[in-house]
Amino acid sequence: MEVMNSEYKGVFVFAQQVDNVTNSIAFELIGEGKKLAKDLGTEVTAVLAGSGIQDLADELAAYGADKVIIVDDPELKEYRTEPYTHALASVIEKYKPEIFLVGATAIGRDLGPRVSARIHTGLTADCTQLDIGDFPLNPIPGKEQKHNQLLMTRPAFGGNTIATIACPDFRPQMATVRPGVMQKLPKQEGVKAVVEAFNPGFTPNNNYVEIMDVVKAVAETVDIMDANILISGGRGVGNPENFKLLEDLAAAVGGTVSCSRAVVDAGWKPKDLQVGQTGKTVRPNVYFAIGISGAIQHLAGMEESDLIIAINKDETAPIFDVADHGIVGDLNKILPSLTEKIKMFQES
Amino acid sequence: MKIVVCIKQVPDTKGGVKFNPDGTLNRAAMLTIMNPDDKAGLEAALRLKDEYGAEVTAITMGLPKAEDVLREAMAMGADKGILVTDRVLGGADTWATSQTLAGAIRNLEFDLIITGRQAIDGDTAQVGPQISEHLNIPVISYAQNIKIEGDSVIVERQYDDRYHVLKAKMPCLITALAELNEPRYMTPGGIFDACKAEITVWGRDNLIDVKDSDLGLKGSPTQIAKASDKVRKGVGEKVTLDPAEAVDYIMNKLKEKHVI
Amino acid sequence: MDFTLCKEHEMARALFKEFAENEVKPLAQEVDETEEFPRGTVVKMAGSGFLGIPVPKEYGGQGCDPLTYTICVEELSKVCGTTGVIVSAHTSLCCDPIQTYGTEEQKQKYLIPLAKGEKLGAFGLTEPGAGTDAQGQQTKAVLEGDEYVLNGSKIFITNGKEADVYVVFAITGVDVDAKGRGKKRITAFIVEKGTPGFTFGTKEKKMGIRGSSTYELIFTDCRIPKENMLGAEGKGFGIAMHTLDGGRIGIAAQALGIAEGALEATIEYVKERKQFGRSIAAFQNTQFQLADMATKIEAAKLLVYKAAVAKATQKNYSFEAAQAKLYASEVAMEVTTKAVQLHGGYGYTREYDVERMMRDAKITEIYEGTSEVQRMVISGTLLK
Repeated sequence: MEVMNSEYKGVFVFAQQVDNVTNSIAFELIGEGKKLAKDLGTEVTAVLAGSGIQDLADELAAYGADKVIIVDDPELKEYRTEPYTHALASVIEKYKPEIFLVGATAIGRDLGPRVSARIHTGLTADCTQLDIGDFPLNPIPGKEQKHNQLLMTRPAFGGNTIATIACPDFRPQMATVRPGVMQKLPKQEGVKAVVEAFNPGFTPNNNYVEIMDVVKAVAETVDIMDANILISGGRGVGNPENFKLLEDLAAAVGGTVSCSRAVVDAGWKPKDLQVGQTGKTVRPNVYFAIGISGAIQHLAGMEESDLIIAINKDETAPIFDVADHGIVGDLNKILPSLTEKIKMFQES
Repeated sequence: MKIVVCIKQVPDTKGGVKFNPDGTLNRAAMLTIMNPDDKAGLEAALRLKDEYGAEVTAITMGLPKAEDVLREAMAMGADKGILVTDRVLGGADTWATSQTLAGAIRNLEFDLIITGRQAIDGDTAQVGPQISEHLNIPVISYAQNIKIEGDSVIVERQYDDRYHVLKAKMPCLITALAELNEPRYMTPGGIFDACKAEITVWGRDNLIDVKDSDLGLKGSPTQIAKASDKVRKGVGEKVTLDPAEAVDYIMNKLKEKHVI
Repeated sequence: MDFTLCKEHEMARALFKEFAENEVKPLAQEVDETEEFPRGTVVKMAGSGFLGIPVPKEYGGQGCDPLTYTICVEELSKVCGTTGVIVSAHTSLCCDPIQTYGTEEQKQKYLIPLAKGEKLGAFGLTEPGAGTDAQGQQTKAVLEGDEYVLNGSKIFITNGKEADVYVVFAITGVDVDAKGRGKKRITAFIVEKGTPGFTFGTKEKKMGIRGSSTYELIFTDCRIPKENMLGAEGKGFGIAMHTLDGGRIGIAAQALGIAEGALEATIEYVKERKQFGRSIAAFQNTQFQLADMATKIEAAKLLVYKAAVAKATQKNYSFEAAQAKLYASEVAMEVTTKAVQLHGGYGYTREYDVERMMRDAKITEIYEGTSEVQRMVISGTLLK
């Protein structure tokens, strides 16, 4: 809704759950929400929707939620756009938060737009950074500069542009947030949630679709061209068994293993993992070139990657001409330790 | 059966990103293409046309140049093309865009609306679901398979770790993923026919049940505070460190870029 | 005089280019190595109407002009010379003569499935003893009742064993003039694969366009219905020559495409390749060669497009077709040879595309009328 006064208060986050298991994005949103709430001098409320989900509330409080609103109804057992939209829109109309955050998941990127359209407010998608600040950023003569606005930063244009968006005249300010970007707070054990139950009533209408089947996914092998992170090995890895170091690192960062032509020619890896002129052209967010010399034919297949990190013990290797960060060193010593440190970091 | 397909003309940010000498984006030099998710949606509509018989209308909101994607859609097999263009529509965010398209679509008879999940320039995935809200019809996003059964659609809806098989009564809206199918190519004869065909052009006055305050830049709840193009990188840095330092160095770079 | 292509042709080029990049280019090297006919690609091309581009819609084609067809062969050949000639031989040498000289029944029976790509076409004129001297034909067709009986053989036939419909030339008689000299009456026929008495000889092992199915056709008492005579009896030579005029435009487009592909690959390579501390594109020697290559290609392109337009607007276009084919094929040979040279040692290996392009280019100076024949045609017109 369009607002001229500050009747809207509070930072609300959608605590996504599937099969009565809370998604990690919920904790990340609470963590980020706490930071924003502190700047605004207000609180973080988690909104939990589902059926038979009372037991999930305490964990949300353990990760920092000051309050948990529970919308519990059989119509909400499995996610469907309409009943969930009705739930959140009703919560927003009753509680009037100034900020409402949703995870940019396959659920959130469907729910967010429908909710924002129902209540007529702005929604910014896939945010990677949230701040409280002024809009306009710098004062413009003749235009009111509003304070305590949510500034939502996100990539656009295929990731080639970074934009910061504000929603000055409508409330709540809504954003969907990329999973894995915001930090969750350390979990505090033994916390009990402050819970408020709310049920706006659910009357099935034409927009309630029918779920005929739920089919869980079977893990599939990733095509290296679809991977966001590639851990690529060359002849410098030494032998096929040593690729385990790359596989361990890949598992730790959620990446996929690929390789150079020399590795395929040696019979260590199959051709569909080959990056290069006669292999595949890849453009992942991160490309680790491990023990790869960087022959021109290989570079042709990966030089458009966003971030290239190379490890090679030969400082004259041409791979260093394209790497953003090149480390002259021994992969056998660096990789195991790097994998360990990453695992420890992810767990904390 | 009548199917409306929403398509958008976008710069080719996936394949043809071009840079100025100072490393910033050269938008003017970039080729425009039909948004890949929308092309998949169009292909889905054309397959339904092949299987069940349907009239497929392609509609786009954009500058006059956006006519090119309508011609492409018709060369692939769409029966009609509608261009919604007007100066007052410019600068729209997803709220204003979805209002505009809903206002235009209210002129048409339809059983099914298909949109792409998201455009490769805005990357929001919002317009499709918002159109369905304005038209008060069910929406099924992230469709990976579409079938018709009588007066309903049966859709496989993709989630992160599973998919649902959903049934919804038409009229409804479906958003398509690029992975949904392999779009067909245009045919040479189709191209010549499409270039001869008439495209319907609509302006603000053709929009039904839409307020001026919901259109264009003025009607957009979200506003841009700032935007900057990522600068293309030159040669990076090379360091010689002992293993422990090397690990810390890499960890820092990964944290900076939100990889971990 | 407007040298820009109209919107339709630009859109068509974009279509052919996208198809070539996505469907043809990934297979080009493998097709060359294995010499396997790219049947899968042919099926896909059929599905998008590429095998009947200039054939009228009422006969299953796309109803486009010769220039659109030319651009198709050009774009396909940029990435794969084999694929370009498959389309060219099928369209110019089989669809076209049936469209021009066929009876309504023949068009219904043969042209429609050919244009839709349900059947593939080929052209059988050349014989072991009759290449440039096409009149040196020996294959005979003797009328027996309601059938013609064919005996003889044809060699170097493109789409050889993969085709379904063949336009074949044979002697149906000899005219003796007042001085007792004999002149052969040559007639054109449509022959279907599988006709008893029609078999195949050896597959040719070639320098280039190795995926193209090049076979000997053998006719041993092969009986075909007399309704399969194409055009009038004794008029076959004229039909062959006129058909080859159109075919030359297709080959010229193939040569043009090969040359363009080689130049593109070379420009990319010389920017990346570093010697003596800089990319070899920085050396004037490289720059001057690229300038010459590009200019000759542009000249070839203008001749090719001009010939395509002439086919649409003129009754006789032998002169334009000959000039286009002569020049484009010689440019293709020159450009691909320079391309290999500019790639240095790497250009000689099969890891890079340019050595294949050079091997593919050579045949364009030879088939469908050698460069010598083209010079005969051109000078013949000049000295009339």
